[in-house]
Amino acid sequence: MTMTESNGTGYLRGCPESQDSQLTAHDRDEIFIAVEDLTYIYNHDKAGGHRALSGIDLAVKAGEFLVVAGPNGSGKSTLARHFNAMLKPSGGRVIVAGMDTMIPENAWEIRRRVGMVFQNPDNQIVSSLVEEDAAFGAENLGLPSEEVKKRVEETLRLIGLSQYAKHAPHLLSGGQKQKLAIAGVLVMRPSCLVLDEPTSMLDPAGRVELMETLIRLNRTMQVTVVLVTHFMEEAVLADRVVVLSDGRIAVSGSPARVFAEVELLAELGLKLPAALEIAHGLRKRGFSLPQEILTMDDILAYLKNN
Amino acid sequence: MSSIIEIDKLSHIYSPGTPFQVTSLDSISLDIKKGVFLAIIGSTGSGKSTLVRHFNGLLTPAAGNVRVCGIDTADKKQRRNLWRSVGLVFQQPEHQLFEETVFTDVAFGPRNMGLTEAEITERVHEALRLVGLDPLEAARMSPFCLSGGMRRRAAIAGVLALKPQVLILDEPTAGLDPQGKRQLMKHIEEFRRREGATIILVTHDMEEVALMAERVAVLNRGRLVMEGKPREIFSRAAELTAIGLDLPAPARLIRQLRLLGKPVRTDVLTTAEAEEEIARLLGETQC
Repeated sequence: MTMTESNGTGYLRGCPESQDSQLTAHDRDEIFIAVEDLTYIYNHDKAGGHRALSGIDLAVKAGEFLVVAGPNGSGKSTLARHFNAMLKPSGGRVIVAGMDTMIPENAWEIRRRVGMVFQNPDNQIVSSLVEEDAAFGAENLGLPSEEVKKRVEETLRLIGLSQYAKHAPHLLSGGQKQKLAIAGVLVMRPSCLVLDEPTSMLDPAGRVELMETLIRLNRTMQVTVVLVTHFMEEAVLADRVVVLSDGRIAVSGSPARVFAEVELLAELGLKLPAALEIAHGLRKRGFSLPQEILTMDDILAYLKNN
Repeated sequence: MSSIIEIDKLSHIYSPGTPFQVTSLDSISLDIKKGVFLAIIGSTGSGKSTLVRHFNGLLTPAAGNVRVCGIDTADKKQRRNLWRSVGLVFQQPEHQLFEETVFTDVAFGPRNMGLTEAEITERVHEALRLVGLDPLEAARMSPFCLSGGMRRRAAIAGVLALKPQVLILDEPTAGLDPQGKRQLMKHIEEFRRREGATIILVTHDMEEVALMAERVAVLNRGRLVMEGKPREIFSRAAELTAIGLDLPAPARLIRQLRLLGKPVRTDVLTTAEAEEEIARLLGETQC
């Protein structure tokens, strides 16, 4: 985790405006996913339908690293499943790369552009060889086998699994399996990855490995990343955090802005990242720590000079 | 205190005699005292789940032996007594809910024990209250109408209703939100206090270990590499990171401060302790 923290903050320090304002460089860029007044009701047609999302307005910008957080049952997964037309709005619209998810003909192209990765790595493996597993999605696109082979090689190298190409996936560690799931999506050359709690079943090393991979894909390949997570230490590394509560957006903005809402987050049952909890406690004791503190590295840097 | 689980040179081999043969536990010896809260940590594939499956006889030793509450787990005639003494909550236990209502689901185990209707109702209500579910309201609902966190708690109540002497939980908080995690751990601690039960927690969450456990067993590649109090275990940072584990975040911070030459305690585990240490540090420099 230490490595992620230092790398992550290093990256974030590169664009200081993302620290204190929602108006980052991304605002000038194109919107990749536009969510307009989205409402979703489970069992809409039946009595006792359950309203999971109400009036969500959200724009995911191309190249953005967005974290969606919130308590269990707040609608995070329901929202994420709208991003590749797995679910369709009960009200409002979701537009992905200019395509309305309500139109069935768009589904294929939307799913090619937006890849999904889920919580349990073992449920996402379809083949008995790592390279075959990674090739599955690309083969389904009907690409010539030479092209599939080239893409698989490239992707496994990018994701750091080349040496395991001929291995059986079940012999990989949890973190490696999740990277394989990501590779299986990346061979389709999506512009966006949506990950629903991908680290919740991983050990500490696997968690670090996966977060480093996501940050690298986002910063160097400009892949848009939407990460649903309960780990606030991961949220701190994002460009922007959206917190859902009871199907609505409770607060959104840069990590610094969102995590300044200490009372609101406590009310929602969310935990501050450990670094912020410590900083908050110290301020309460009357120490004046700089407001920019987000990570353990920030605290270290501050203490080094004081 | 007397031992409730005695593990003597336990080895386990998956798919023996085939090309896929894997030694998943390698000569593990460990005594677990009655009433203790033990955390088992280790990276993916280190053998944690394989180990705890030996505690209720789901797996039996390839070599060595395991005695739980005095029962040899390899003794098939004693299985029924073993299952009554040891409750095992699997990963994502909510996938095992199957009844029409939460009540009947939680009642399934007690009913199989041959208790009377009144005893069953009492146990179900007690178990539901322990996990923070309303025995009258939630119990009438279908488990499939509950949120993920509530389903998890309902599934755990089904095991608590058996009042096991040993409660084993395999990553019970994975996927729960921070508050859900906190509450579940509180309920488990409450169950331990009330029943004097032994708790064995398999987890990847080092903060959870720091807050809850009295003892920690560390596995790596099927071997027991460390066993001790959380403060002792987490003082061995380099060894832990070498095997894919980590310190709780506050402990990591304090360790780095120490590496910078700051005079801080070495055995800090929680955010509160880290805050205390840093306050002391800042206070001294300001004086």
